[in-house]
Amino acid sequence: MTKTITDVICPFCGTLCDDIEVVVSDDGKKIVEVMNACAIGYEKFHHSQATDRATRPRMQQADGSYKEVSYDEAVEYTAQMFAKSKKTLMYGWSSTNCEAQSVGHEIAEICGSVVDNTATVCHGTTLIAVQDVGIPSCTLGEIKNRADRILFWGCNPAHAHPRHMSRYSIFPRGFFTGKGQHSRKVVVVDPRPTDTSKMADYYFQVEQGRDYELLQAFRAALKHEWLPDVVAGIPKERIYEGADMLKAGRFGIIFFGMGVTQTLSKNHNIDAAIMLTKDLNEYTKFNIMPMRGHYNVTGSGEVLGWQFGFPYAVDISRGFARYNPGDTTSNDLLMRGDVDSVFVIASDPGAHFPWTSVKKISELPSVAVDPHFTPTTEICKLHVPVAFVGIEVGGNAYRMDNVPIDTRKVVDPPEGMLTDEQFLEKVLHRVKELKGVH
Amino acid sequence: MSEYLIKNGFVFDPTQKINGDVKDVAIQDGKIVDKVAKPKVIDAKGMTVMAGALDIHAHVAGPKVNIGRIFRPEDKLFNETPRKGMMRSEGGFSIPTTYRTGYAYARMGYTTVMEAAMPPLFARHVHEEIRDTPIIDEGAYPVFGNNWFVLEYLKNREIENTAAYIAWLLRVTRGFAVKLVNPGGTEAWGWGLNCLQVTDPVPYFDITPEEIIKGLIEANEYLGLPHSIHLHGNNLGNPGNYTTTLDTLKLAEGYKAKNNFGRDVVMHHTHIQFHSYGGTKWADFESKAKEVADYVNRQKNISIDVGFVTLDETTTMTADGPFEHHLTELNHLKWANADVELETAAGVVPYIYSPDIFVSGVQWAVGLEIALFSKDMMRCHLTTDHPNAGPFTRYPRVLKWLMSQKARDEQIKAFKASDKVVSQSQIAEIDRELTLFEVAQMTRAGPAKVLGLSHMYGGLKPGLDADVAVYDFNPEKEHKPDEIEKAFSHVKFLWKTGTPIITDGEIISHGNKRTLWVNPKVNENPQVMRDIHDKFLKFYTVTEKNYEVTGKHFIPNPFVIEVDATR
Amino acid sequence: MQTVTLIPIAQPGLRLEVDNISPDKFAGKTAEQIAALHVYEGNTQHTMGKFFRVEGESGATAADTRIVIKGDATRLKYIGMRMTAGEILVENSTDMYTGAWMQGGKIHVKGNVDAFAATGMKGGELLIDGNAGNYLGAAYRGDWRGMQSGTIRVAGNVGSDMGYFMNGGTIIVGGNADVHVATHAEGNGKIIIKGSAKSKVGGQMVGGEIYIFGGVDVMMPTYVYRRDVDLEVDGTKAKFALFEGDTAERHPKRKGEVVYGKLYLKY
Repeated sequence: MTKTITDVICPFCGTLCDDIEVVVSDDGKKIVEVMNACAIGYEKFHHSQATDRATRPRMQQADGSYKEVSYDEAVEYTAQMFAKSKKTLMYGWSSTNCEAQSVGHEIAEICGSVVDNTATVCHGTTLIAVQDVGIPSCTLGEIKNRADRILFWGCNPAHAHPRHMSRYSIFPRGFFTGKGQHSRKVVVVDPRPTDTSKMADYYFQVEQGRDYELLQAFRAALKHEWLPDVVAGIPKERIYEGADMLKAGRFGIIFFGMGVTQTLSKNHNIDAAIMLTKDLNEYTKFNIMPMRGHYNVTGSGEVLGWQFGFPYAVDISRGFARYNPGDTTSNDLLMRGDVDSVFVIASDPGAHFPWTSVKKISELPSVAVDPHFTPTTEICKLHVPVAFVGIEVGGNAYRMDNVPIDTRKVVDPPEGMLTDEQFLEKVLHRVKELKGVH
Repeated sequence: MSEYLIKNGFVFDPTQKINGDVKDVAIQDGKIVDKVAKPKVIDAKGMTVMAGALDIHAHVAGPKVNIGRIFRPEDKLFNETPRKGMMRSEGGFSIPTTYRTGYAYARMGYTTVMEAAMPPLFARHVHEEIRDTPIIDEGAYPVFGNNWFVLEYLKNREIENTAAYIAWLLRVTRGFAVKLVNPGGTEAWGWGLNCLQVTDPVPYFDITPEEIIKGLIEANEYLGLPHSIHLHGNNLGNPGNYTTTLDTLKLAEGYKAKNNFGRDVVMHHTHIQFHSYGGTKWADFESKAKEVADYVNRQKNISIDVGFVTLDETTTMTADGPFEHHLTELNHLKWANADVELETAAGVVPYIYSPDIFVSGVQWAVGLEIALFSKDMMRCHLTTDHPNAGPFTRYPRVLKWLMSQKARDEQIKAFKASDKVVSQSQIAEIDRELTLFEVAQMTRAGPAKVLGLSHMYGGLKPGLDADVAVYDFNPEKEHKPDEIEKAFSHVKFLWKTGTPIITDGEIISHGNKRTLWVNPKVNENPQVMRDIHDKFLKFYTVTEKNYEVTGKHFIPNPFVIEVDATR
Repeated sequence: MQTVTLIPIAQPGLRLEVDNISPDKFAGKTAEQIAALHVYEGNTQHTMGKFFRVEGESGATAADTRIVIKGDATRLKYIGMRMTAGEILVENSTDMYTGAWMQGGKIHVKGNVDAFAATGMKGGELLIDGNAGNYLGAAYRGDWRGMQSGTIRVAGNVGSDMGYFMNGGTIIVGGNADVHVATHAEGNGKIIIKGSAKSKVGGQMVGGEIYIFGGVDVMMPTYVYRRDVDLEVDGTKAKFALFEGDTAERHPKRKGEVVYGKLYLKY
């Protein structure tokens, strides 16, 4: 007889749906079916059941092939790498739980490493903007229950956060939004038409690289200031009309993503969007929220925040935390030859970083902790597979709106496999021995 | 080795009416005892011995605190401490990292701190930060004053249902007490509005702050919780708001505390400094501390903590969302806001209390006047509403001002608009200097009693937890004001639950901190459980099963206070 | 003035943090004592003497001390950090944070500087003969109080984000500027760009002046043309078109007049 486990938290994206139902075999070892998840979450759960998974660490040989080694040998290699390095880049963290992140941080503090997470190529620029101008925001339930103006700027939730619109932002019938999508107006700003823009009541096809100008124009339009005839490819009449439409709402929200965080102007785009949100609060109620990608990149930022005071790019090389994107961020460190070893966990820089950074990782002593085979694991010296958080081990994660949800275990990991936390604890223990610290 | 004997110190313990007598204090197995057989002896000759101090209200753990840390990298510039031995690295001036928080409180002789406001949906976050704060025992106050369940039940005057809901929420969030912040006004802020007066109705819910406050007093006493309701009243920070404060405090009239924890008050109004302002605008801003203190002196069933302004660049953070928006409109500094579905909101804005601005000078005066006009220091506690009026690391400076008129005069002279600060307040006329006995009331015995924890903390009576602080301060000698601040900035010795934490001024242990929470037991209430199921199904964005805080990874060392409120 | 010369004898594997290379840190010290000062390579503390031969002697005070750095300085971060007086001459290009938080004195780099030069500058003079990287004279992350005072002169080009949150002081650029010039600037800073600028010039600026000789590719839509003016700017007499902005921002009034950021484009 199979068992159905309810209230399961999907460990894929920042939407962090917690209404997944997983049917498991009677012996609790296999996932039989997954309900309520989107296509991506569904695939993550089922993919964890692949029979050709790596179940033991693999060490790169001189000829480039990999040979299986024990967890103990993996711990030793990793601890030695940390202990001998002048500055290790500890990168990733976004697809594991907060407990594992915390252990890693202590290793970083003892060894003088840099801890950076996937925000470094994603919403790190949002964090920079927040540090400059703040951020009026809310939890996703406020959108569900109150919002009637939904703006997606530079993001495509139809593809990247598939259940976002049905759980939170467009379709739900909330306390004050009983008519569901009929109580809302949807605005999309994107240089290219997308599946999300197809759903928009207002679509602004902004010229690439000119979001900053358009955002400032919207802010000026709120105050009926002069504007040139066209801004960022948008006629000024539509900008004034858009500003009035936003003001006429009773609760608005701007969701945004890579379209503005990682294009020309980066943090300045977000800065201007945040300032637009703040200005709109003079007329009505408005909030703004980043569409975080990985399911626990927010958690990594939170834990780094309370332990060290900064949300990513944390340089602890001199024993205390320092922060400055451009200097302490992963790609800058790699490209400038300012780290001598790399520890990657719960992320895939091999797939996402510029090739000059990836080449650098392949040349340095390196460890990749990941249940999957990825472009990263295939260039690091050591690949350590671990249990899937949210499937084979629980642990806390933070949603894109900073709400903490404790993920669940639904099946056992393969026999003898460690979790991130367990592996890191062993490494920490060994590092303390090597460094003579208690 | 768990026996210690602290000999020859000048002991100040209001719970035993000990006022500077030279007495020995004995510790055995985590508790204060009458005598010990083979103790390690510490000679505290010429030093001041008190119980570990309690902070009844500080923002030290949780989502808005972390927003403060994350959005102020500049708060860490040039003040970091590297990792050393077993001590973790530290950083931050107005919003310290959790490790600095634990260490910094311990260094001042504090052993128990209450996180002032926990948004229930974020309870896990609060507990994670509490777990990562070494040494000090902590509890957290979930917020109720803008909670949709509470607003609906109290609109219908359903006290028993409200009590059942409170009991459920305290349990699932592992919370300690019933907190109200800007009751009604923060729900109004969900629409960009506010409730400034206690009679202003909340949009849609159509209930007034008055009704919310009185209803929650009744529910709190129905349950007999250790602490009274803990209230941040409406209209914070605005000139002339002292009338709102008096209207608020008056709501406690006629109520009697009902509990088995020795608590006498039914309302604790927090950081009342921010609520004791006169004038009609900034230009004629003035202190109304006397009016407020006089009322508190007469009304014995309320207690207050001050929220002293320390004249620093700091960070304001509060669940009074509309106030923070108002503040950013005033000082135009960066503003973070976080509305929380069905529950509350928060705002964070940096603020500079500059000695060059007369308003800051008057705010500084208001805090000190409240304390110096107060007659019963058991009901007037020392806080800075950290970090709102200033960082908690300034408590020793506040002590200096309270204990030395000369120190106050020096500060008054240092204000740029000194004459205006003096004319708009009464601080220059006060010559009272608090005694160490009174300080022990404000920071130990008083908060412990009001929290319903006087059976554990706040005194040195045998049977209490062995939380003991020894300061290198001889009360029989003359002291320059700065020496007071220096001595109380750094204990010589500190024990927490009988474990030596600080020896000869050095931190030697992280101790084994506990997370305090209160678990009230009530009669089964199917209606409330149905309402809870219903709201999770329809309006929350997390499931009911995923809401409760469970697991050792959040609370490794819980200390539960059971309360039987069944009828 | 007494001069201390540093001649590199080794290069670090990683970048080297040399915040101790400052007249304030060298003042009153002998060459041996200077060689014993610490420099940092990641988690490893070295002495200055491991990477430099130290010649000469320092003055009694910072103001009396001059430091000359020869050879390859491209891996040296934080030269002149927080200095209050004195002089530093870097004979070739250097790395990040040159003159960060400097309060006085003079730094002359006969080459390029990397990013974050003169972060949080409070006073003094920074001369760059080559190019400057991103964030020249910018505020530190999160700090709304950027460059307060002092002068920066760059002969070549500058990267993006120059003068971020600028509050005062002067920056003169001989060449071109990349995106985001004087973003969020307020107060009365002054930027002169003798080459051209790309875009996002004066974005979110509410005070201060920018003079651009070589044109702007894409103007902010929130800058409004006011009138033409004849001016002399750093020795050049010309007619300029005055634009005021950023109109999206809140603008305070001073003596009854609204204060704007001013952008002057040379004809």
